[in-house]
Amino acid sequence: MRTATLTGRAAVVSFALLFSFLLAWHLATRGSGTTQHMDPEYAKLMGATATQGKSAMPGPIDVGAKLWEHLRRPFYDNGPNDKGVGIQLAFSIARVLTGYLLAMAVAIPVGFLIGMSPLMSKALDPFIQVLKPISPLAWMPLALYTIKDSSLSAIFVIFICSLWPTMINTAFGVASVRREWLNVAKTLEVGTFRRAFTIILPAAAPTILTGMRISIGIAWLVIVAAEMLVGGTGIGYFVWNEWNNLSITNVITAILMIGLIGMLLDLILARLTRLVTFPE
Amino acid sequence: MSDRFISIEGIGRRFPAPGAGTTTVFEDLWLSMLRGEFLCMIGHSGCGKTTVLNILAGLDAPSSGAVIVDGQAIEGPSLDRAVIFQSHALLPWRTVIGNVGYAVSSKWRNWSAAQVASHAQKFIELVGLKGAEHKRPAELSGGMKQRVGIARALSIEPKIMLMDEPFSALDALTRGTLQDEVRRVCQETGQTVFMITHDVDEAIYLADKIVLMTNGPGAVLAEIVENPLPRERSRNEFHKHPLYYATRNHIIDFLVSRSRTFIEETRGTYDSRNVAVVRPGLPEPMIARANDPSAKSKRGQQAAAH
Repeated sequence: MRTATLTGRAAVVSFALLFSFLLAWHLATRGSGTTQHMDPEYAKLMGATATQGKSAMPGPIDVGAKLWEHLRRPFYDNGPNDKGVGIQLAFSIARVLTGYLLAMAVAIPVGFLIGMSPLMSKALDPFIQVLKPISPLAWMPLALYTIKDSSLSAIFVIFICSLWPTMINTAFGVASVRREWLNVAKTLEVGTFRRAFTIILPAAAPTILTGMRISIGIAWLVIVAAEMLVGGTGIGYFVWNEWNNLSITNVITAILMIGLIGMLLDLILARLTRLVTFPE
Repeated sequence: MSDRFISIEGIGRRFPAPGAGTTTVFEDLWLSMLRGEFLCMIGHSGCGKTTVLNILAGLDAPSSGAVIVDGQAIEGPSLDRAVIFQSHALLPWRTVIGNVGYAVSSKWRNWSAAQVASHAQKFIELVGLKGAEHKRPAELSGGMKQRVGIARALSIEPKIMLMDEPFSALDALTRGTLQDEVRRVCQETGQTVFMITHDVDEAIYLADKIVLMTNGPGAVLAEIVENPLPRERSRNEFHKHPLYYATRNHIIDFLVSRSRTFIEETRGTYDSRNVAVVRPGLPEPMIARANDPSAKSKRGQQAAAH
């Protein structure tokens, strides 16, 4: 143990924490045995909560079983109210990526413009300052009214919420490119376009990618809420639907899935950031 | 006129001062340089040396006056004038060859990648960085980074090299080696060089002419010191030359006291277009001995010529 690496020791602590959490969860939700003697037919009707003292909250074993069930058949489709969790997640990811990529296509060029032009920076600043703090869901009624399509409205909401962090970070990264690098380009008579792509873009790339990483995080947070509102498909709708079904096991399973996918998205962006980061 | 390769004609630079009015960095500065000349500018911080260099580079514009290079007024940065920056200013996301190649491909835009690489390679070898082509700046020492900066500047085969305290961030040993190399390369290629420095010895070792600036703001070009040392000089020997100390003392005296009082002392007689040209002679005891017929030597002849 003494020679174990920090990562190794951290993993041990992580597993210990996970195990104690699962154990506590299991103990807190398990049945306490027969609480009341009643007619077996009547007991069946009452359920385990009343007769066995079992918590209404599912235990880790129930959730684990449910999870396994979902993982074994992630893509089944039994109609609008009963789709596999894989299909629901795919819908959510597709919406997030569409809205996110559209937002990037707008945010990065506009951020470039703001960062390169002090005039545009000052002129656009009041708009950004007012639009940025608006909760993305506040746009939902307006989107539904104008777009008249719930799925597209959800994409629009993702678009609008992913816009700001990337735009602001791009503008900041572009504006704070070191003067000496720009001077190198100037003394070499490098044109505006070549300068933008060979000096400013690589210099600002780490900052831009950091903005994109914040954006994808926010987009993934917002999609769940947006899909709860628009309904139909998606992991947010799934959570809400299972709440209506009072299937807490499914709700917990979905929460776990949302966390895992969010982590994965963040991990991908972190990798990309590391690719463009340069040591100084 | 034709021998004047660079002609700085009455340039001044003013900035809006905080509050009202303007701060004048320098005013009415005249200076000319010959082709192939190595000129060092010395002065205290704030005298506008870097501003002069930036104007020569085209990165800054004078508030008044003009600079003419090779018969043409400077209107902006040009590939004819390469700058070696104090902070080396390498692009950290590019390798050594990538940094030099960037300059090469900026000058010759229709060259193939192979042409660019082989041209860049030539200059990387010239500054002694063979084997480090694919390293990134972060993996290089300070001296190596500055070598890349020099290779980048030379690779575009400029008419003029502008150096802004290129060695000030280096340790003494590295600085010495790099000075030798810059001297060698500039002599080999016949470069015209304008260099800013704080180091008097560096100026005496490298320069043909040393320009002294008074303290700013409102600095003026006080005098031009012609380096009396022979053009062929070596690092081991140049400080033993009989005129070395005379030159050095003259410059140090200027920096210590005269840079402060020069403007007061020469009020009324100072002519910005005809600045005094000084050629430090032999120090007194040397002259005395030189006049002694028994010790008539090469040194004496030099003093007499002066």
